[in-house]
Amino acid sequence: MFTALIAAVALAAGAPETPNPQHPNEEAVDPYVPSDANAGAAPFAGDAMWRAFHGQPGVDRVVDGMVDRSLADPRIKEIFESHDMVRLRRTLKEQFCYILGGGCAYSGRDMKSVHKDLGVQRTDFNILVEHLQSAMEDEKISFRDQNRFLAKLAPMQRDAVER
Amino acid sequence: MRPRCIALLVGVASLLGAGSASADDLRPSGKLLLTGGVTTVEGSGGGGLSSWATITGYATRDGVGANVHATRVELPDYQFRAYGAAVGLFDRIELSYTRQDFNTQGTGAKLGLGRGFTFHQDVVGVKVKVLGDAVYDQDTWVPQVAVGAQYKNAAKAPIVAALGGQDDDGIDYYVSATKVLLAQSMVVSGAVRATKANQTGLLGFGGPGGEDDYSLQFEGSAGLLLSKRLLVGGEYRSKPNNLGLKEDDWWDLFAAYAVSKNLSVTAGYADLGTIATFKGQRGLYLSLQAGF
Repeated sequence: MFTALIAAVALAAGAPETPNPQHPNEEAVDPYVPSDANAGAAPFAGDAMWRAFHGQPGVDRVVDGMVDRSLADPRIKEIFESHDMVRLRRTLKEQFCYILGGGCAYSGRDMKSVHKDLGVQRTDFNILVEHLQSAMEDEKISFRDQNRFLAKLAPMQRDAVER
Repeated sequence: MRPRCIALLVGVASLLGAGSASADDLRPSGKLLLTGGVTTVEGSGGGGLSSWATITGYATRDGVGANVHATRVELPDYQFRAYGAAVGLFDRIELSYTRQDFNTQGTGAKLGLGRGFTFHQDVVGVKVKVLGDAVYDQDTWVPQVAVGAQYKNAAKAPIVAALGGQDDDGIDYYVSATKVLLAQSMVVSGAVRATKANQTGLLGFGGPGGEDDYSLQFEGSAGLLLSKRLLVGGEYRSKPNNLGLKEDDWWDLFAAYAVSKNLSVTAGYADLGTIATFKGQRGLYLSLQAGF
């Protein structure tokens, strides 16, 4: 109710085309209400996981490693090709930071909205997870910590997969 | 006969593989490594002794997966072999066929069956996933649940009758619940089985004095994922004692290693207890699974 009210106010006030004017390299997206709840998972308590992922530099490498692998993968690259990779990398880094207990705010949209009409199948979702696993291995993150993180991401399959 | 049979199964599996690879809408190899499980001695997707709620193969709901397996257990007085094939349809339905050979070797002569006498059993299985997802649903304790049935035919009516068994064929029914606890890097599974089977059916079904009814038995697995390729764990399976031959529960310790999504090797140590009056049937368990 409250968020709906804010959205209504924002719309009435004529929300800017680009909700993040501090990111001029990104394409405009339709207005939405930013919220950490959009990240799709509750963050880990404490900073143990954040440290296990080597903080922001580590998370940046993991996200870039995952996205780079996905863009190079003929099985799923089409899903990404028509999208703003600058924005994707930034919001993924925020999302991972938020969930891992790094204290970031997540400014992106919710998982259902961002995957709408992408036609993602479970197989695509799992291929992305495999690329994430490879990126986490490259970052020398322990298998147990990888799985603890994947446990947070796995339920997002319900919102990401459409068919 | 046996190598030819396996060659045939491999041939069928590769045909199925070629078929699914050529169809745009069917996508093999969608699941994460090892989350398709391995194959039980009865041919179902699961651990070695206990059936899981997972559907065999690596296909998601977008495709078809299949496996062939060959398993042997070297026991002090017997040799146990199983080999067969299973198909997983859209991560929903699993169909399986397995042939079991239980060679009594020199023990056969002592039992009056003749040296090298071999009990055979054909097991045809069907399993249907009814709810949940063992891997994705990490935000709830609800497991993946499947129901299954296995038709078993030992085709040895005279010997089964001599042992006191009622029938040489029968059907087991089971409900299985399986959960991957990703945050703990664990896999746990439990199943309740309604069965009349003696030594899972190798010695027929039911017993002499009214032990013809189904009894409820439990089978379970617990494993720890040490890497994305390696699962180590143990299993337990309770069994009825219809024939009064001191039939024991089974257990094992195993390590399953996924060489790739097309090949996994399971090695373990199985304790099958007393079988047809011969005690302490413990030995090496080895299983190969190939598929997609």
